[in-house]
Amino acid sequence: MTLAVSQTTINLAYLVAGVCLIVGIKRLSSPATARSGNVVAAVGMAIALGFTLVSPEIDSYWLIVVGVAVGTVIGVASARLVRMTAMPQMVALFNGVGGGAAALIAAAEFHRLSPSAGHVLPEYMGAMLFSALIGSISFSGSLIAFGKLQELLPGRPVVFAGQQVVNGILFATLLGVGVLAGATEAGVWAVVLLLGALLFGVLLVLPIGGADMPVVISLLNAFTGLAAASTGFVLENTALIIGGTLVGASGTLLTILMGRAMNRSLANVLFGAFGAAVPAAAGASAGAGDDGKSYREVSAEDCAVMLAYANRVVIVPGYGLAVAQAQHGARELADLLEKRGVDVKYAIHPVAGRMPGHMNVLLAEANVPYPQLYDMEDVNPEFPRTDVALVVGANDVTNPAAREDPESPLYGMPILNVDQSTNVVVLKRSMSPGFAGIDNDLFYRPNTAMLFGDAKASIDKLIAAVKAA
Amino acid sequence: MSQALLTSITVFVLAAFLGIELISRVPALLHTPLMSGTNAIHGIVLVGAMLIAGSADSTLEQALAFVAVVFATINVVGGFLVTDRMLEMFKRRPERPGEDE
Repeated sequence: MTLAVSQTTINLAYLVAGVCLIVGIKRLSSPATARSGNVVAAVGMAIALGFTLVSPEIDSYWLIVVGVAVGTVIGVASARLVRMTAMPQMVALFNGVGGGAAALIAAAEFHRLSPSAGHVLPEYMGAMLFSALIGSISFSGSLIAFGKLQELLPGRPVVFAGQQVVNGILFATLLGVGVLAGATEAGVWAVVLLLGALLFGVLLVLPIGGADMPVVISLLNAFTGLAAASTGFVLENTALIIGGTLVGASGTLLTILMGRAMNRSLANVLFGAFGAAVPAAAGASAGAGDDGKSYREVSAEDCAVMLAYANRVVIVPGYGLAVAQAQHGARELADLLEKRGVDVKYAIHPVAGRMPGHMNVLLAEANVPYPQLYDMEDVNPEFPRTDVALVVGANDVTNPAAREDPESPLYGMPILNVDQSTNVVVLKRSMSPGFAGIDNDLFYRPNTAMLFGDAKASIDKLIAAVKAA
Repeated sequence: MSQALLTSITVFVLAAFLGIELISRVPALLHTPLMSGTNAIHGIVLVGAMLIAGSADSTLEQALAFVAVVFATINVVGGFLVTDRMLEMFKRRPERPGEDE
């Protein structure tokens, strides 16, 4: 092969690529440098891939060329076409195929090496089986996460009696099958391991509620990283080990940080079946509703007057704003109010929307100036001095039960204390509960009024009415 | 223990500490883009998929390797593009005229 360069050159290129990935991740963790960080990481990736292509180990190119072409078309199309609101599930999908690739590499290597019994060194065998196991779990788990976020599957936790026992037994069995596959080097056990791991991935994610999906995707992201690193041990490839391990380690920490932002431990997310108590709770509150738990509805015109003559307004965006694509309208409304001398702030809960940072991205898209965005800690002291808190499609992150009701599954989660404002107006499509499936006491408070309808339609009405006021 | 394995373990352990160190001070608003960015980075598994696809002998290995290349490419290409689309939203904007009073 005329293209082939020496393995030493390739390993040096991998070192450069590794440095690029490290610098990339470093830059990704600060807002000012994040975008360039992504580019630096992509350059590192291109270096690693480019030098791999000229490796003396490669004899035939057609599979690679066709595979990369097909993958590029799918990757570009799905990344370009996806709407901002569907980003989380797209990340889940990309993560899943990465895990699937690691598992397939392990399977192919197993098939290539295994026929000679006792021949495969235990460390390679172990790394191979680990890739197959973790990669498959990440693949099927990510697909379930995708299905839940895309609403192809019920977002609520799917639970059955003894679920954790079943999962525990299945995982122990998988480890046993792994040992068998390693000891016998028989393909049949490897296949059983792959299929069993796929099933385990499904069972692991099914009982987790939609609101916790970002944490789960982050965890599966770390899994895929470890699976990739593990294939690096099999193939003795430093680029794979560096890239995979960086993601495995940073992904694990990121998962913990995300959980902390929601005041939940990882174990609680994985095994808590968050929101599983919903059917009972919802039934109880519906009954209570008959006992006079009533809410107040407000017209767009009345709400507009409240806003126009207020001194301080805080806008609390949530998933409803994202779904309705109401961020531009929200900014227009805020601009109108500012022109009238109203002080307008946006209150950003760290997990409002479907992903941490979701709201920042959407509002930035609508050109909302940075200084108007306030983090939870900064804005919470402002609520008692706020005339109107305008809650646009946010629900669970405003639920006072998180502060007051130790029985609530939300109890202990830091929330935006909108109920302390003089007036609260909630823009919402109906009285249905939020993503976590928990009834929100805020809606029934005397200082709360509901403005029903699609967030964008309601905001457009408010804009028209404020102009007229 | 072979020299190659020892090298692999060394790289692994150092990269693990580095990975944790790198993002220990990330603000919450970057959690999602960071997850998406690292998601693209584990697409490095494409390196492995290429090596396997380029040297596969049997039809089964070729089939497995081909799907692995497709999957890993989707991971890399889609991952970086989606991350870039997210981060595009964070770019500094020119001051809008007449806003400062």
